[in-house]
Amino acid sequence: MSIFAITRLELLIARRNMWVATSVILMALFTVVLTLAGGAPTGTLGVDPLTVAITSITTLSVYLIPLIGLLLSFDAIAGEAERGTLALNLTYPMSRGEILIGKFLAHLSVLGVAIAVGLGLTAVLTIWQYGMTDLSFQPLLKLFATSLALGAAFLGIGYLVSSLVRQTGVASGIVIIIWLICVVLYDLGLLGALVADDGGTFTKDIFPWLLVANPADAFRLINMPDLSVSELASGVGAAGGASGTMGQLTSLLLWPIIALFLAWTAFRRVEP
Amino acid sequence: MTTLLIENVSKQYGKLETVRNVSLKIEAGERVALLGHNGAGKTTLMRMILGLTPITSGTISVLGAAPGSRASRTAIGFLPESVAFHGALTGREQLRHFARLKSATMQRADDLLDRVGLSDAADRKIRTYSKGMRQRIGLAQALLGHPKLALLDEPTSGLDPISRHEFYDIVEELSAGGTAVLLSSHALTELETRTDRIAIMSKGKLLADDSLATLRQSARLPIQVHVTTSEADADRIATELGGERVNGRSITLTCQQDGKIAMLGQITSMGAVIKDVDVIPASLEDLYRYYSIAGEGA
Repeated sequence: MSIFAITRLELLIARRNMWVATSVILMALFTVVLTLAGGAPTGTLGVDPLTVAITSITTLSVYLIPLIGLLLSFDAIAGEAERGTLALNLTYPMSRGEILIGKFLAHLSVLGVAIAVGLGLTAVLTIWQYGMTDLSFQPLLKLFATSLALGAAFLGIGYLVSSLVRQTGVASGIVIIIWLICVVLYDLGLLGALVADDGGTFTKDIFPWLLVANPADAFRLINMPDLSVSELASGVGAAGGASGTMGQLTSLLLWPIIALFLAWTAFRRVEP
Repeated sequence: MTTLLIENVSKQYGKLETVRNVSLKIEAGERVALLGHNGAGKTTLMRMILGLTPITSGTISVLGAAPGSRASRTAIGFLPESVAFHGALTGREQLRHFARLKSATMQRADDLLDRVGLSDAADRKIRTYSKGMRQRIGLAQALLGHPKLALLDEPTSGLDPISRHEFYDIVEELSAGGTAVLLSSHALTELETRTDRIAIMSKGKLLADDSLATLRQSARLPIQVHVTTSEADADRIATELGGERVNGRSITLTCQQDGKIAMLGQITSMGAVIKDVDVIPASLEDLYRYYSIAGEGA
């Protein structure tokens, strides 16, 4: 019961703070632009128009969803500690796990709505342009589910940071650095290592696992429809196919659980 | 069962001992005021009762339950010092949220908003509230779920005199309903008639814990008697009574409790030259200072 009371309150706060509106508008804007722009080369490539849109949206989501997730969560514990509301909340008869899950459900719902609106618009626009025939919506559903998993992982990471530091200013700085590492620097590092290794053991045995260990890369790989298209999008993406769908799926499912568990452990040690 | 039982509790932060060997017992319906200046350990003691801060040594039990356990948290209503809420919520939304957490009804939350005089402002954002209004929301949430123990940390700070009066009315209702109340305060005088017992803390130690009358008796602080007379007679009467002339027409005398009646008899026997007499017993402030200094010497 307490969990849902917290979810309810956090949703109310997210709505008041315009987080819901901001997330939805951001996702809707980018997916619509990419769907319409992605349609242009379809004729010459001869690929399913939805596939092209999904490829572009996946590339964008790798940046956008972790960012929204971190922005929704970095304030969760540190913000309450700073405002002075944490101590009173912790005297109510509910566990810290319940508080964390309550907030998580609220923030995941915000993400879910934003992603659903974005992908829904993609589906509608594609149907409107090309009709219902020959369109497969399964990749769209997969994109939705994996986007949620990716967002959940970064929500957990945000809560972890928020529990470890006491000031929201510091927390926001740290999550931006984490975001930069996960979505940009990590891939650059791997590429550099690949070049230096020149086809040795690193490339064959270690690289695929390192790639899939990053939830952002796992997400990218799992949503690239086939190698020919993914080559268009990302050289790194194509190279990592070796670890397989199972590895990518495991990474995307384990990350939210691990991150939330670590956040809970850190939150339990917070003395308000 | 004793509502709050504190036995030999100490709290150490590194080398700093903020609470030293404190024992305190509060029964159902009792109102206890915890006095002490900043840093005396009042807030730390409350945080230990709530389970927010681990206890270094000793034991605390709330109706037999450990601090921080679900049973003890359900039994406690807590008003923190300088209470804060999320500014984007309205008073009603915030209080209803707390009601859900305490398994109280929405009706009870709305009734409490009325009780603390916030029904008009209930649907405004808390960010627009004055400090006193936030304090009222804080008090209302502490009353949710009929607590067995109310912990009120500096409850009257930020309240104007009329609100303070109303606040003590609410405390009286609470204790009449069997709730044990432990409140800390700086505003000493208002406590005198409104609490059953007074506990004085200084530098982490509990220096006194008794009713105001008993504390007065054992401190043996002098009673002050102010005598007003005419300017012409002031000096003569001052020497005759053994007092001190403080301004044109006033004389201040001091005596102990047992010598009070004799002194008043002497004053009234002087007849018409005496215009007025005021008897001022040792105030809570005097007592507080007395026990603090006595404790520091020990």
